[in-house]
Amino acid sequence: MALFLRRTTNIIKHFLVTKSSLATNQTSLTPSFFSVSHNVCSKSYGLAPIPAVFRRMESTKAAELKLDPQFYSSEEEEDDREYPSSEPEGMDFPGGKVMFTSQMSFIAEPGKTRVPCYRVLQDTGVPTSGEIHKLVSEDLATRMYNSMVTLQVMDTFLYEAQRQGRISFYMTSHGEEAVNIASAAALSSEDIILAQYREPGVLLWRGYTLQEFTNQCFGNKADRGKGRQMPSHYGSIKHNYFTISSPIATQLPQAAGAAYSLKMDNKDACVVAYMGDGCTSEGDFHAGMNFAAVMEVPIVFICRNNGYAISTPITDQFRSDGVVVKGQAYGIRSIRVDGNDALAVYNVVQTARQMAISEQRPILVEALTYRVGHHSTSDDSTKYRPASEIEHWKIAKSPITKFRTWIERNGWWNEEDELEIRKRIKKEMLQAIQVAERLEKPAVAELFTDVYDQPTKDLVEQEMLLRESIIKHPKDYPTDYAV
Amino acid sequence: MMNVLRDIGRGRGIGIGRNGREIGRGIARGIASCSSSSSSPSLLSSLSPSPPGPPPPINENENENQGGDVKSMNLFSAINQALHIALDSDPRAYVFGEDVSFGGVFRCTIGLTQRFGRNRVFNTPLCEQGIVGFGIGLAAMGNRAIAEIQFADYIYPAFDQIVNEAAKFRYRSGNQFNCGGLTIRAPYGAVGHGGHYHSQSPEAFFCHVPGIKVVVPRSPQQAKGLLLSSVRDPNPVVFFEPKSLYRVAVEKVPASDYMLPLSRAEVMREGSDITLVGWGAQLSVMEEACIEAEKDGISCELIDLRTLIPWDKDTVEASVRKTGRLLISHEAPVTGGFGAEIAASVVERCFLRLEAPIARICGFDTPFPLVFEPFYLPTKNKILDAIKSTVNY
Repeated sequence: MALFLRRTTNIIKHFLVTKSSLATNQTSLTPSFFSVSHNVCSKSYGLAPIPAVFRRMESTKAAELKLDPQFYSSEEEEDDREYPSSEPEGMDFPGGKVMFTSQMSFIAEPGKTRVPCYRVLQDTGVPTSGEIHKLVSEDLATRMYNSMVTLQVMDTFLYEAQRQGRISFYMTSHGEEAVNIASAAALSSEDIILAQYREPGVLLWRGYTLQEFTNQCFGNKADRGKGRQMPSHYGSIKHNYFTISSPIATQLPQAAGAAYSLKMDNKDACVVAYMGDGCTSEGDFHAGMNFAAVMEVPIVFICRNNGYAISTPITDQFRSDGVVVKGQAYGIRSIRVDGNDALAVYNVVQTARQMAISEQRPILVEALTYRVGHHSTSDDSTKYRPASEIEHWKIAKSPITKFRTWIERNGWWNEEDELEIRKRIKKEMLQAIQVAERLEKPAVAELFTDVYDQPTKDLVEQEMLLRESIIKHPKDYPTDYAV
Repeated sequence: MMNVLRDIGRGRGIGIGRNGREIGRGIARGIASCSSSSSSPSLLSSLSPSPPGPPPPINENENENQGGDVKSMNLFSAINQALHIALDSDPRAYVFGEDVSFGGVFRCTIGLTQRFGRNRVFNTPLCEQGIVGFGIGLAAMGNRAIAEIQFADYIYPAFDQIVNEAAKFRYRSGNQFNCGGLTIRAPYGAVGHGGHYHSQSPEAFFCHVPGIKVVVPRSPQQAKGLLLSSVRDPNPVVFFEPKSLYRVAVEKVPASDYMLPLSRAEVMREGSDITLVGWGAQLSVMEEACIEAEKDGISCELIDLRTLIPWDKDTVEASVRKTGRLLISHEAPVTGGFGAEIAASVVERCFLRLEAPIARICGFDTPFPLVFEPFYLPTKNKILDAIKSTVNY
């Protein structure tokens, strides 16, 4: 136990630039809706429905004071937190020696002080330490910025395409561009991605083209998924990006299995599994985390805690201090990062990846961010959250603006570059939509292929019946499909 | 092979679950690890489960299997032998599940850890959705993932992973990805004392799911050949093992690496008056009924469906065209059971040839009852009565 806690301390140190930067993080992050304090209700941009987030009984406060510091261990504290005095003897129990105590003490639920959030850039785009960090090169930084803008513009266009009835559905990543792009930039292309549905930026970073995204959304014959899935359900074997499925969290235990394969093959690669905050309530979250920990496999779990699962605020989702604390119970090293700070996300994911591979262990990253857009085109998020809250995150906390400020301060970017990139991507998107719209739908035969590796007799028979029906009732069927 | 089944009785003390462990825990511990192949694909784009050498051809004629080294063994030993061969013939094959390391609660995985190491044969946490999800991920990376669900009764937490993930993995990606290397083994069926949660036959749930295959063997020789086919099939397979037969069914099983064809039914017993269709353990009951019926001069044709989806309609149709009558029997509740699908299909194909209504002798529409098991089950005499009334309709 002591050994484990000491390790935890060291790990936390690993991520602390200096003690003072941690302090800065803690203070500068407030006020925000993630810094849950009892007066958060008074902030106009706090989470809309605000129950008492962490209700505690008076009786547990003492224990809480003793246990909380584990998250704030500093260099001075090796392992000096005070557990109730142990009796000399303990018992050997599977998993290690357990000491006895005569004091009955319950481990407390989360305290008022929350796990701090690592960040590099303040909302103003100025590094927290006051110096320019040499974290990423000019080339990498501008490529990251280009991709963030590209994702934003693509989202705008495809969202509009849905509104105009050109595609059936769409999900934007607005507000979460930094988690998308910066995490992708910190990975190797050999790393295997099992994403949810709000991480198209990872695919974008890996070279999936705007035309390919658009083809998928239009479900035309150029869509690698053969038009079978709703828009925003991308997948590309070329880019090591497994095809998205709508059910959430199902990818997490799969990630453990995929990572086990990498482990057995001694690959210098890991699996990166993305999820949202809602995922963490699913049984598959538990399955994935536990299997990953027990099987000791190289995975970076990245949870985009964006505050809402459709309309369900995180206050209706869990009583823990967010997601980061869930890792420890599984024996998983975890960290919380400002998901709107591309540099922080980049740093954390890069480090997490290295640890995951070199130590063959899973790492949990909770990225605090905000879904500025609606859940999907079927959602109107102003029905469950105030416009002021959305506006605050859209403007004051925009990950794109923050990163842009930083690269501009470095002299790597200017207004002219900005105009040029936006103009170029808009043009590309217009063209992509025109091309995608003109392409015909996949051949009707594709309805029946790929159910199994070979069509079954029944499927062959059913396809014949359909073809007869099409011939008999051509008006019943769309005409833009090759029969 | 068929004669052996005659001796099979029910409820003869199969060890169930954790209480049934009669073998010490230490057996599988501390065994040298076995590293897996290094000549593996580097990227997803080169994924496709393929054994190092060509697998043996699928035996179209099972009698050919009788050549070579043949040993009498029970069903769990036949499964165990198949798993040994599956692991031995493909360095990218893995066996895992609850209590698998020490040999499994039904002893199906005994000796595998010792032989192949803890990297390839291992325990998992007690979490069925995790086991199947893990298996999907492992299979999707080009491995053969052989997952064990300890009892079919406990497969339901994994239903989403099977139905929404495994079954659609290939289709939803436009064949870019597949988890065809996945095989899920699960013991199913009545054992005499299993009650609600150690007796169920959930095959019908999975037969409603395009994209997976459902296979149920009836005997040791069948189990070995069908399991090897399932493991090597390029599609995910749910493989239900009749746990009542693990110990009591003994049959001569070839020692060789052989496979039996999927989606092909087998006519176990030829007859001219009525066709009986079943699968798994129920076939032994049905066979007893056939033998009894013969004494009354009724000639029964007995068909083992073996693969439930995609199933061999042609064999059943040909038989019903010959006999003009059909009886289907399964342990699962009659309503919505797979017998309903067979009945509907046969009516579609053989309507004018049918001389009597199709009979379904199945479990009642109740939860599987402990003390009422003898009443619940589709017994020999229930089947025999139905055979007679169908023939005399």
